Amino acid sequence: MSPFDTSQNISNPAPQAPFEGRHIGPNAHDASIMLSAIGVSSMHQLLGEVIPPHIRRQDTMAIPAALSEAEVLAEMTALAKQNSVKTSLIGMGYYGCHMPPVIQRNVLENPAWYTAYTPYQPEISQGRLEAILNFQTMVTDLTGMDIANASLLDEATAAAEAMAMAFRAHRGKGNVFRVDPDTHPQTLGVLRTRAAPLGITLEIATPDTGIEAACFAALISYPGSTGAVRDITGEIEAIHAVGGMAIVASDLLALCLLEAPGAMGADIVLGSTQRFGVQFGFGGPHAAFFATKTAHQRSIPGRLVGVSQDHKGRQAYRLALQTREQHIRREKATSNICTAQVLLAVIAGFYAVWHGPEGLRRIAKHAHNMANQFVAAMRRAGRIVRHDAFFDTVVIEASDDRDAMLAAALGAGFNLRSLDRAFAVSFDETTTSDDMERLLDALGGAGITKEARADEARADDGLTLPQQLRRKTGFLRQSVFHKYRSETEMMRYMRSLADRDLALDRCMIPLGSCTMKLNAAAEMMPVTWPEFARIHPYAPKDQTRGYLEMITQLEGLLAATTGYAAVSLQPNAGSQGEFAGLLAIARYHAARGDSHRKICLIPSSAHGTNPASAAMAGMQVVVVKCDAHGNVDMADLQAKIDQHQANLAAIMVTYPSTHGVFEESITELCDLVHQAGGQVYVDGANLNALVGHCAPPEFGADVSHLNLHKTFCIPHGGGGPGVGPIGVAAHLAPYLPGSPIDGDGAVSAAPFGSASILPITYAYIRMMGADGLSNATSMAILSANYIAARLGTAFPVLYTGSKGRVAHECIIDIRGIQEKSGISNEDIAKRLIDYGFHAPTMSFPVAGTLMIEPTESESLVEIDRFCDAMLSIAAEIDAVISGQWPTDDNPLVNAPHTSDDILDDAWAHPYSRKQAADPNGNAQANKYWAPVGRVDNAYGDRNLICSCPALSEWEDAAE
Amino acid sequence: MIRYTQDHEWIQLDGDTGTVGISPHAIEQLGDIVFVELPAVGANVGKGDAVAVFESVKAASDIYCPAAGEIIATNEAMLDDLTSITPDRASESWLFKIKVTDPSDLDGLMDDTAYQAMIG
Repeated sequence: MSPFDTSQNISNPAPQAPFEGRHIGPNAHDASIMLSAIGVSSMHQLLGEVIPPHIRRQDTMAIPAALSEAEVLAEMTALAKQNSVKTSLIGMGYYGCHMPPVIQRNVLENPAWYTAYTPYQPEISQGRLEAILNFQTMVTDLTGMDIANASLLDEATAAAEAMAMAFRAHRGKGNVFRVDPDTHPQTLGVLRTRAAPLGITLEIATPDTGIEAACFAALISYPGSTGAVRDITGEIEAIHAVGGMAIVASDLLALCLLEAPGAMGADIVLGSTQRFGVQFGFGGPHAAFFATKTAHQRSIPGRLVGVSQDHKGRQAYRLALQTREQHIRREKATSNICTAQVLLAVIAGFYAVWHGPEGLRRIAKHAHNMANQFVAAMRRAGRIVRHDAFFDTVVIEASDDRDAMLAAALGAGFNLRSLDRAFAVSFDETTTSDDMERLLDALGGAGITKEARADEARADDGLTLPQQLRRKTGFLRQSVFHKYRSETEMMRYMRSLADRDLALDRCMIPLGSCTMKLNAAAEMMPVTWPEFARIHPYAPKDQTRGYLEMITQLEGLLAATTGYAAVSLQPNAGSQGEFAGLLAIARYHAARGDSHRKICLIPSSAHGTNPASAAMAGMQVVVVKCDAHGNVDMADLQAKIDQHQANLAAIMVTYPSTHGVFEESITELCDLVHQAGGQVYVDGANLNALVGHCAPPEFGADVSHLNLHKTFCIPHGGGGPGVGPIGVAAHLAPYLPGSPIDGDGAVSAAPFGSASILPITYAYIRMMGADGLSNATSMAILSANYIAARLGTAFPVLYTGSKGRVAHECIIDIRGIQEKSGISNEDIAKRLIDYGFHAPTMSFPVAGTLMIEPTESESLVEIDRFCDAMLSIAAEIDAVISGQWPTDDNPLVNAPHTSDDILDDAWAHPYSRKQAADPNGNAQANKYWAPVGRVDNAYGDRNLICSCPALSEWEDAAE
Repeated sequence: MIRYTQDHEWIQLDGDTGTVGISPHAIEQLGDIVFVELPAVGANVGKGDAVAVFESVKAASDIYCPAAGEIIATNEAMLDDLTSITPDRASESWLFKIKVTDPSDLDGLMDDTAYQAMIG
C-alpha cells in the first residue's frame, strides 16, 4: 500500500494500542522474568501469597470498557463542549487573568515541573526550591510582612489556618474570633466548619465595635469581598488593644496599588495568588499565600523554603523548620497540612518574575481603571455606586431591577455577582475596551462616550484610591524580578531551574508511600482547555454542565473502584480529606446523640497527618502499639477499646499498613471497633495496592480518603496540587461536605475543590478500565516484591506478611549496616544521586530505613538499573567495612559529588573521580549533576532566611 | 544529687531550688539542636507539664517539668550559641531553675545508676 493511501484509515481507523500497555511499565515477558526471579509461577500465585484471601473482592468493578487515548480525548472534548465559557466578572476571590504562554508551555505543560516530588531531598530540588523562594519573596514584599510560606491550599483554608494559629498562640485567652462582615462567603463557610470542633465562636463584626477581651483574633478584608477599600489601621489597633491578632485577607494585585497590610500592623496576611497567571479552573487548584511576622515564624502552617549552605559553604535551598510539621509533631503539629500548591505557586512566582514590579503595577492599574470607567458610566446613568473607594470590584445598587440587570449582562456574555438588591462587578487583567462597551450597552450605561469615560476615570493618575491608602513602600526590588523581560531569557531561566531537578521525566522516583507513577500526557491535556480552565467556580449551573457531568461520572467511577456508597470530590488535599472524613464521623455520632464520642485510636505506625487531623476534628488521640512485625498489636487494641469504649469515636488505620504489609487481622480490627460503637477510617494512602483486588467497605471500613495524586495519576507538581476526595458507606453519606456558600461542613473554598485537575483521574480510569486498574495493582505488587527479592541479599527487608511477601512497597533496614560501617540511610540516599536516582523515602515510617515503591509504571529495565545501583552501593559499603576506604572519606559520606568537586585540582580522596561521579559507567550520555553538595540542614534552621536577598543596586531601579 | 525522669530530663535540687536540663543521652539522640524554647520566668507549672521544647533538624521534643513549682530563672545564654549544646556539656546546658513546691515530687525519679541502666 502506498504510504499516501489514506483510504483505509478513513474507513477503518487503525486501532490504537491499549493504554494499559502504555501506563504499565513491564510487559508480559518482563513479568514472567520477574515472577520467576521471586520464585512463583504466576501472578495469581503471588497475589495469593500477598493478599489475605478473606479480604479479596470477588466481583469485577463496574467500570465501562477501556477507551484508547484518542477515544478518551474525544469524550473529554464532548464534555468540554457542554461547558459554556462566558466572561466571569463575579470576583469573590477568583479573577480573570492571562497565563503567560511562556509559562504555560515551559512550566504547566512541562513534565520536568509537574512530575517532580516534594523537595525533601534538597540536592536534587534546587530548581523548584528557587522558584518557590521567588514566590515567598513576592508574597513577603507585597504584603509587607517578614516571612511567607510556600503556599496553602486555597484562601478559605488559609483563613482557617490563620484562625487556628492565632487560637494556639493565645491559648487560654478566649474563644471568640471576629470575622469581617464583608468576607468572601466561601471563606466564612470554611471558617464555620473549622471553628466548631475547636470550640471557637465566630462573631460577624469588625473589631472596632464593642470588642471583648475573649476575642483572640479578627479577620479583616482588605479589600472587602464586595470591593470596598477602607483604612483598616483603626481596626488593627482595636484588636491589638484587647491583645488579639490582626489577620488580613487581601489580594496581591490590589496590594500593588494599596499600602501593605504589614505597614498597617497586620500580624498575618493571607489570600489567593490565582490571578497571578492561573485560570479559574472551576475553583482550583490555586496557590493561597500566608505571611506573618518573624515572631510567629515557628507557628506557620505548611511548608517553608529556606536558604542554607552545602558542606562546602555554597548557597543551597531547602525546606526549613520541618519539625513544625505533622510528620514529626503529630497531634501537636501547627497544622495537618502536608502539601502546598507548589506547581501553582511556582507559576504565580514566575508571573511576577516575568512582569516585574512595573508590569504588575500596570496590570493592577488596568483593572482599577476599568472599574473607574464602569463607575463613571453607571453614575452618569443615574445608578448608585455603593462604595466610593474600591480597587477592581464595584457594587451597583439595584433594588428594583437586579435580576433584569444580571440577565442583560448574561445576554451580552458576562457573569456578574448577585447580591441582596444589588450586583457586583469585578474587573481584571483581561477586561478589554470592547468588553466594557458591550457590558455598558447591556446595563444601560452607554450614555457616556468612551473618551469621556476614560477622561473621568483617568483623573488623578488614574487612581481613585484615598491618598492615605496608596502604596508608598516599594516592592520586588530583588534582581530576579528585573532580569527576565525577553522571552528567550525567561525560557532559559525556567529551563535552567528545571535542569537542576530530578523529576519523573528523567528517572524513577522510588519513593515509598508516595506512589510516583506515570502522569500520562493524554490525561493532562484537557486541564488547559479553555472549556475547563475558564470556568468560574460560582458560574451559573447551566454553564458548567460538562463539569457537573464529568464530576458525577467520576464520583461513580471512584465509588465503583473503592466499593463505597458515595464520594465527595471537594477536599483539595489528602489532609483535607482526612479532616472531612473524621468530621463526617463526628457529625454522625452527634446526630445519634453521641457527641461525647471523641476518642480516636491511631496505631503508632500511622502517618503523622492522622493524629494532626484528629486533633483538628476535635478528637483526642489514643495511640495503639504495633508488635515486633510492625502490625497493630491486637492485645493493646483490645485494651484501649475496653478502656475507652463509652467514648470511642473512631480508629484510623492505613491499609495496607504504612509498613507495606497486608495485615491479616484487619477484619477483626474493624469488628472490634464497630462492636464498641466506633467507626473505622481507612487511610487510603495505599489504595493503589487494593484497587481491583479489595474494597475497604467489604472488610469493614466506613470512610476513606483517596489520594488522587497517588493512586489516580494526578501529578505531584513538586509538592502539590493534591486532591483528597472521600468515599463513605451509606450511613455517612448525609455528612459529606456541603457547598461552601450555602451548605454545611465545607472544607474547601470551591464546591468541587481542585476541579480543573479532575479530568486527569477521569481519563486515567476510563483508559484503564476495570481490568487495566486491577492489572496495575498486580504489577505494582510484583515490582515491589521483585525489588525486595533482588535487594534482600544485601539489605534486610524489615517487614513482610505471613508468606514472606511485601505489598506494593518494601522497607529495607539500614540500621545494622550503619552499626557495622557508619554509613547511614541518608548516605545511601545521597549516593543514589551520583547514580542518577531520586532517593527512596528516608526514615518513614521507621527511622534508619529506606522505603522503596516502584509503582506499576516503571519498566523492568529501569527497576533493574535501580537495583544494580543499590547493589553497587552495597559493595561500596563493604569496601568501607573492610577498611579500603575510611569511614569519614568515602564516596558515600561525600555524596553527592558536584561537577565542582570533580573538577577541583586538589582532588585528595582515596577513591577516583570516575568512582565518585560515574560509578555505573553511564555518565557520558545522561549524567545528572547535583548542583550543590550535601546540604547543611542545621545551619539553615539556625539562620532562617526565607526570601531572596534584596540587592542594593536594585533599590533605585524600583519605582 | 541528680535525679532523672523516664523522659530524660534531669533535676538537681539545692535547698528548694531545682535546676533542670536534659541528659547527654537525650542530646545525643536529638542531634544538632536548632531551636530551644524556654518557659517564662514567674510561671507556675505542674509536675509533668510540657514547659520547654528542644528541636533538632529531625525531631521536636517537649521537655516535661520533673516537679511542680515556680520558674525562677532560665538559661538565656544557651540560646546565643545552639552549637554549644552537646552531650559533653549537658550540665552547662541547663534550661531553667524552679522553686520546687514539694520536694517529694522527686521521690519516684531515678538516680544516676538507675538511669544509666535504663538507657543501657
